Amino acid sequence: MSPVPQTPSSLRRPARIAVNAGLVIFLALYAGIAFLQPNYLEPGLFMNFLRRAAPLVILACGQLYVILTGGFDLSMGAVATLVVLAASILINGDPETTWAVIGVLYVMGIAVGLVNGLVVAFFKVPSIIATLGTMLSVNGLALAWSGGAARGDLPDNFRNLGRLVWREVPLVGSLPLAAIVLAGFVALAWWGLNGTVYGKRALAVGDNPRAAELAGTPVAATRILAFVVSAVSAVTAGILIGGFSGVSVNAGEGLELQAIAACVIGGAQLLGGRGSIWSAVFGALSLFALFTLLNLIGLPQALRDSIQGLILIAAVGASVWRGRRRT
Amino acid sequence: MTRDIVKPKPTAAGLSIAVLLAGLSIGFFIVVALATGETAQLGGQGIVGLLQRMVALGLVAIGQTFVILVGSIDLSVAALISAVAVLASHIMQGDPAMILPAIVICLGLCLAVGLVNGALVAYGGINPLIATLGTGLVIQGVLAASFGMLQGAVAREFQVVAYGGVLGIPYSILLLAALSLAAAFVLDRTLFGARIYAVGGNPDGARLAGIRTERVTLSAHVVASLFAGASGLYLAARLQSGTPWIGRDGIYDLESIAVTVIGGTILAGGKGGVAGTLAGVLLFASLDAGFNMLGIDAFLKQVLRGAIVVAAVAIHAVRSKGHVA
Repeated sequence: MSPVPQTPSSLRRPARIAVNAGLVIFLALYAGIAFLQPNYLEPGLFMNFLRRAAPLVILACGQLYVILTGGFDLSMGAVATLVVLAASILINGDPETTWAVIGVLYVMGIAVGLVNGLVVAFFKVPSIIATLGTMLSVNGLALAWSGGAARGDLPDNFRNLGRLVWREVPLVGSLPLAAIVLAGFVALAWWGLNGTVYGKRALAVGDNPRAAELAGTPVAATRILAFVVSAVSAVTAGILIGGFSGVSVNAGEGLELQAIAACVIGGAQLLGGRGSIWSAVFGALSLFALFTLLNLIGLPQALRDSIQGLILIAAVGASVWRGRRRT
Repeated sequence: MTRDIVKPKPTAAGLSIAVLLAGLSIGFFIVVALATGETAQLGGQGIVGLLQRMVALGLVAIGQTFVILVGSIDLSVAALISAVAVLASHIMQGDPAMILPAIVICLGLCLAVGLVNGALVAYGGINPLIATLGTGLVIQGVLAASFGMLQGAVAREFQVVAYGGVLGIPYSILLLAALSLAAAFVLDRTLFGARIYAVGGNPDGARLAGIRTERVTLSAHVVASLFAGASGLYLAARLQSGTPWIGRDGIYDLESIAVTVIGGTILAGGKGGVAGTLAGVLLFASLDAGFNMLGIDAFLKQVLRGAIVVAAVAIHAVRSKGHVA
């Protein structure tokens, strides 16, 4: 361990570089978008971009908590699907019940997160397997409950969370409710990692669980809390997705891998020990800007997967290369 | 991440897990067959059917065992299976003369993909999850974009691989058995196998001992891709023509990892083997067959499957000391 006076600089420096990587990629991609469609520079369209990117950013923030502690959460997409389907079944067209149902959704999400965390922390099942198991189970549960098809509608007061936009707002022109939810969630996630002792514990556990344990860190609790935060983010994202895309049985498909990819593009290190909330935020914004850009170019839907794969490898390759050059 | 010290005989613990798992699977299958009165399932036909359920997943999982043993992982196998199935049926176009060229070209593709995966992981230093997720996405995207031009069907003679057999034993089961034995032989009895365990158990130690660890990792990735290719060819023979989604719909990437870990191979590498993996595949196959006999609905089946994956790994992971992530 390095002497005390050196700790802040040696801890902060890689984090700052990581932030810059995600931010730079995002700015470059957004410049590309603005070049093709200059009106994306208007505050209104930027707000709309944020609204559509909100679920992915929120998921990435949750996933980051798990990645920092050295794990993965593959169950996020399934939780988001469950949220969308469960909301339509439980609300059943009655707007009065919306807020109570949202409460129930969070309870379900927290339950999934607790199961993930407990299985990883106490049964010593690697998180990739544990959350794969919950992914299969939660997906099956959602489909069994809904009968395998989307049914029911979401009332307007639920959907507003994802699609309501206030017009004529001073300064920004229009302000989507989803952007406020996004800002609130990111602020909370930032506070959790930087305003409380939890952030340091998560990094310590991810970097070296044995050393963290010997130093008195509650390793199991830190791990479990990370999975709960991740599940809560999946519920929040699911509510927004239900808001603007409506009910569908594959609402959350593939989101877990996108969230992991976002964190990595932003500079978080898989298997833990390095990353900040900005890795997740800018990584997710970069990924979403990439989707938007490919859409504008008019690339076939299918090839977007390929480009995403190449970007993923390139982003991680670049960070490995930077790391090698530093040492 | 903590790593256990490699034992000189890593197969001893693995074998007992394999025997236990296989026993449980067969026991479950027999009990369900008796309880539902489908005793015909316990005859030759039923057993052959059960074993045939193992082939596609079994082939991928053997390859996956190689990469996991070396401390890596391969998420690109699902996309590669689809690519091989589509490519094989496109090249053959129902013409038996094209069977051999099709197989050669498909395995050539797998070799290339394996080399790329291995190079990214071993020489590029890129985390294997991200590297193979990336190559998988690339393959999947190119495949979905070009599928319109890649229609076709395999030759009728090629379907013998899936439907023909000798003495009532389908060729596909014989293929799985032969390749399993070959893989087990390589891992237990050859220098390459020993190096795989060494690199997976302690990469720094292996390097200091003079092993070119990068080459071993690269070779393991090539093996995994070739086994995925074999699985893709088998699926093409069974389904007559490939679609760009058969790999993804079968969740062969995550399921092959799950059965490998259920079979006692640890994700950190260096410990485990083919026998356990096959027992894991047998568990999945007998669960599938059992659930079908019980008439459990497809979604509930998925719920149970998820729970069993976790439980099966928890049974032997819970005793491990130290931390996992």
